[in-house]
Amino acid sequence: MQKFTPQRIWILIGYAATAAALFSAPLFVSDFRLNLLAKFLAFAIVALGLDLIWGYTGILSLGHGIFFGLGAYAMAMYLKLEASGGKPPDFMGWSGLKELPLFWQPFQSFWFAVAMGIAIPALLALILGYVTFRNRIRGVYFTILTQALVIITTTLLIGQQAFTGGTNGLTGYSTVLGFSIGSPETKRVLYYITVVALIGIFVFCRYIIGSRFGKVLRAIRDGENRVRFIGYNPAIYQMVVFTISAAIAGIAGMLFVLHVGIISPSMLGIVPSIEMVLWVAIGGRGTLVGAALGAILMNWAKSEFSTAYPQGWLFFMGLLFVVVVVFMPKGVAGLVSQIKFRKKRREPKHEGVRNPAV
Amino acid sequence: MKESAILLCDDVTVEFDGFKAVQGMNLKLEKGELRFLIGPNGAGKTTMLDVICGKVRPSMGRVTFHGKVDITKKKEHQIAELGIGRKFQAPSIFPSMTVIENLEIAMRQKRSVFATLFAKMAEEERSRIDGQLAMIGLQQKAEWRAGGLSHGEKQWLEIGMMLLQEPEILLLDEPVAGMTDKETDKTGELLHQIARKRSVVVVEHDMEFVRNFASKVTVMHEGRLLKEGSMDEVQRDDRVAEVYLGKRRDADVSRSTA
Repeated sequence: MQKFTPQRIWILIGYAATAAALFSAPLFVSDFRLNLLAKFLAFAIVALGLDLIWGYTGILSLGHGIFFGLGAYAMAMYLKLEASGGKPPDFMGWSGLKELPLFWQPFQSFWFAVAMGIAIPALLALILGYVTFRNRIRGVYFTILTQALVIITTTLLIGQQAFTGGTNGLTGYSTVLGFSIGSPETKRVLYYITVVALIGIFVFCRYIIGSRFGKVLRAIRDGENRVRFIGYNPAIYQMVVFTISAAIAGIAGMLFVLHVGIISPSMLGIVPSIEMVLWVAIGGRGTLVGAALGAILMNWAKSEFSTAYPQGWLFFMGLLFVVVVVFMPKGVAGLVSQIKFRKKRREPKHEGVRNPAV
Repeated sequence: MKESAILLCDDVTVEFDGFKAVQGMNLKLEKGELRFLIGPNGAGKTTMLDVICGKVRPSMGRVTFHGKVDITKKKEHQIAELGIGRKFQAPSIFPSMTVIENLEIAMRQKRSVFATLFAKMAEEERSRIDGQLAMIGLQQKAEWRAGGLSHGEKQWLEIGMMLLQEPEILLLDEPVAGMTDKETDKTGELLHQIARKRSVVVVEHDMEFVRNFASKVTVMHEGRLLKEGSMDEVQRDDRVAEVYLGKRRDADVSRSTA
């Protein structure tokens, strides 16, 4: 039984307030801003999944753009087919493809697309995890392999233009389940769906971390070999959490496409994959709130800076990175405990989180 | 008498890139026995422990557990699950987790992903952990991050974790290295308690510490068995005096590197 300490009550109030703010946002915010916020929330979902493997298990993946992108493509294929009424979409015609390819056909079903948007990233992660973790490939070597996965996948997407839309990606949607995708009402509903997804995944991640499974994950981060000599098989744990993380990224990708209306290889390549990790680092890895907050803050800053200073916004982003890295080594979420430490310095400092992945 | 042996190492040889760290070593451990493994630096003591717990695979020989399972074919986590626990020389606890969390995951339990996902702390588990905390003297620090403990406390925590694992055989690598005299005494007490219920193999350099226990001592030298017997017998042996006690000064100097 958990006791209701004052600290815990404050945290619960904080959660309730955040949820209330998210649900009431459509009342205060313009449609344009709401759409942006919805996009940021989708990114926050990816950040949660990334934090599970990086912050808690110590596995650094620079390939989450791919899992995010595969989810997005699955949803985009459905949207594209709905727009073309089940006929081969426009870009196939340009490449001389007359028949709808076999693997495209089931994507006429919305629910099939949703299932695939979760299953395909998860399966890919499981396969990658199986061949790496079982052979004790970890740390930097694992990270490099995830980058290789990014390159392979983007090359494939660009190269197979007839099937994937190539560099342009998939865009030009009209409806989702019969509702016009551009209308403010649909957008609002999609926003609510995203909020529910975010909260649901947050609670799910909280459960995982609080469970004994989560403790084993943290133990793997601290000392994989020791975990092995206790009797756990770390490879299985790593595979499972990596797969969960990829599935979460897939869900985020599907939501992203619904909000943004386009997915292309440049949105899931090397740079976006690294950016995702930066959100978590800036927000504070090892705390779920930090990771989600980092994703929202960074993307919000990016969109504000780029509209206010079209020429120099990248410099501002760079400055932001430097400030956070220098003054907030544990990210924005670490700020709270940093301030606490200032107050009672006499308390013995404990060792920080060691992270073998970096 | 072979049936009573809980662990039998038969003609074990370990090679590292052509260098033979262990050459045809035999070791027989009875149930409930406390055995010390001594020898000069590089004698292969730690390597023997590595073989038993699966960290190193021997190029030749067999290690049988309970007379039937050949553990040289098993993986580390499988060996741990069979009931062989290992404590490494440097304290290896999980520094970012609390003392109690360290004990919780080490405790004997189902270790599959599925089981740990839905595990609830049972009343009986709780009291086991509390009992262990009392035994290693860390009740006051149960909620501390393990990384903030002193060296000695970390060692005890690790011993506590191993005991909750409830192995049949405990392998300890220099449990008192780097400890103060007081800490060493306390560890000795702990070891006496442990040895009552389980088979224990201890690699140790500290002769004073070994002498506190009236138990069998195995001396290794250059990867081979040199002498087996009581501490007195071993010390009276000429060959042991020559290779081990004769070099005692060197061994003392670099004690922590073995």
